[in-house]
Amino acid sequence: MAALRIRDVWKHYGTVPVLKGIDLAIDSGEFAILVGPSGCGKSTLLNIIAGLDTASQGSVEIGDRPMNGVAAKDRNIAMVFQSYALYPSMTVRQNMTFGMECRRVPKRLQIETLNRVAKLLQLEALLDRKPSQLSGGQRQRVAMGRALVRDPLLFLFDEPLSNLDAKLRVEMRMEIKRLHQRIASTIVYVTHDQIEAMTLATRIAVMHQGEVQQFAEPDTVYNRPANLFVARFMGAPPMNTLPARVMAEGGGLFAVLGGGDIRLALPVATDAVRNYVDREVVLGIRPECIAEPTRHLENGAVTLEAMVEMTEPTGAETIVLLRLAGHEVLARIAPDIRLRAGEAARFSVDTRKICLFDPETERLIG
Amino acid sequence: MPKGRLLSRCAIHATLIVFAAFYLVPLVVVMLNSLRSTEDIAHAGVINLPRHLVWSNFSQTWSSYCISEHCTGIQPYFWNSMRMVIPATIVSTMLGALNGYSLSLWRFRGDKFVFGIMTLGVFLPEQMRLVPWVIVLRDLGLFNTISGLVMIHTVQGLSFTTLFCRNYYVSIPQDLLKAARIDGAGFFRIFWRIVLPLSPPILIVTVIWQFTGIWNEYLYGVTFSTGEHQPITAALIAFSAHLSDAPQYGQQSAAVLLAAAPTLLVYLFGGRYFVRGLTAGAVK
Repeated sequence: MAALRIRDVWKHYGTVPVLKGIDLAIDSGEFAILVGPSGCGKSTLLNIIAGLDTASQGSVEIGDRPMNGVAAKDRNIAMVFQSYALYPSMTVRQNMTFGMECRRVPKRLQIETLNRVAKLLQLEALLDRKPSQLSGGQRQRVAMGRALVRDPLLFLFDEPLSNLDAKLRVEMRMEIKRLHQRIASTIVYVTHDQIEAMTLATRIAVMHQGEVQQFAEPDTVYNRPANLFVARFMGAPPMNTLPARVMAEGGGLFAVLGGGDIRLALPVATDAVRNYVDREVVLGIRPECIAEPTRHLENGAVTLEAMVEMTEPTGAETIVLLRLAGHEVLARIAPDIRLRAGEAARFSVDTRKICLFDPETERLIG
Repeated sequence: MPKGRLLSRCAIHATLIVFAAFYLVPLVVVMLNSLRSTEDIAHAGVINLPRHLVWSNFSQTWSSYCISEHCTGIQPYFWNSMRMVIPATIVSTMLGALNGYSLSLWRFRGDKFVFGIMTLGVFLPEQMRLVPWVIVLRDLGLFNTISGLVMIHTVQGLSFTTLFCRNYYVSIPQDLLKAARIDGAGFFRIFWRIVLPLSPPILIVTVIWQFTGIWNEYLYGVTFSTGEHQPITAALIAFSAHLSDAPQYGQQSAAVLLAAAPTLLVYLFGGRYFVRGLTAGAVK
């Protein structure tokens, strides 16, 4: 069953289109993440789903019920905001029961629900505090608690972690994931952070300029990005994209970089790719596919030499900026290998995950 | 502290003290005169220290002095003012809060225009509104009544109270409203349960502003009411006009002080909240 179905949703502000025909179907129990740079329309879309904003055109169905003209309060949704939006003058307890009070839930049931959720989120000790007396992480938990007491068809999260510091964000991310696994509810979650998207989602919708670029499992989005935008947006550091030429030789296909001195065997030889033989393409390769020579040996990887321009040790690994066929390329190598800027070094390239894109349409070829 | 800085510091303080004293002189003169007898003032001049303290000036002006043939003191006029200022302040503040809330947090088509028109009222001179009010009061049969003055001050106060509250409420994040809407709260429930509890700082400001403004207002009081229906500001003038043949500065000063007492008290108790509220945002 589709918990949420969005059909051809458009939104204009004046003459400016912010959403251009969004189509999405999100299954029950899914953790769907809308990710994209700021201004891509993801928050507008979330507000339209919530009924806080109206679409210029198109329809939204929640639990197979059309939502046109249905007020936010009657959509059976709950929302967690970036600013938490806790009512400042109410205690944690009142914040969590306010919605039930508005919906005239019997007092006894209110108390039961409150106690159950407070226990789930370990909020029991905080119930009589005001939001101003809570830390960022505690406010975040209260905001989730306020959503959980409703037991809605759909949870909406609007960048819930972006006001937290880095360490707490990682903790809360895990907590949200654990929560989803426990209560198995349907979640639509907006973020600009592609790591949050990768770690939490069952499916990711990558948005850009009011359009969904790709809606797929995190694996697919990462390894088979639908176009160059997705390829460059997902992953940190991002995918390397280089101009290349497809060549056929002895039944196999190769991508040739630069003047022809670098040849990389292509993993897939589909008809789509064959159509590009002797044509220019954009070759995409993830930084982790370029590593120290000992890494990919058993996969029959290609080794090649390149000039190291800069190194960025992160502790767990070292990001190396190198020059390959005249282009800057990022590689990720083991941290104990010390490379020096300005010196040439050998790298092994795992060609199995190479992606090719059409230089004009920027779409994935294969 | 180096000598030069000490000197300039002294100069600054001396200047400030001189200006403050200059500003306070009228109040001091009135306070001193309110405790002097008529003979004392006639003998030793208006600006002088009391020879002995005459407290009876206050009790006489309060309850037995004669104003235009009514020998009731200023007491009834004082209560007239109270009966005018309290409802007008409360109603204009509540309506202003409601206006400000809907203008800042519930955007509707033409809201900016409505707000512009409302704040225009702040800049309209009083005299310009006299004739329209005459017509309104006549048609409603509220001429020479306290209710008529309450209505005038409520309506005219709306410009200020709306402006104050609207500017305060714009700092309430939209997310709070969205959360409340999803929770199922409507326009009035959000106002009552979420916005109003955040409002004390600005409500104190508008109450002080309205109270002092309406209490001290003179033109409408003297134009739209006569005799025993007058608020105290209008009665004070009648009082001094009556005394013009034989000036009794002692009683007059006492009357002025009694008439000024409520606003002075409001300032003493609420002044710091006033300054604090004007600069506060709704959510820290």
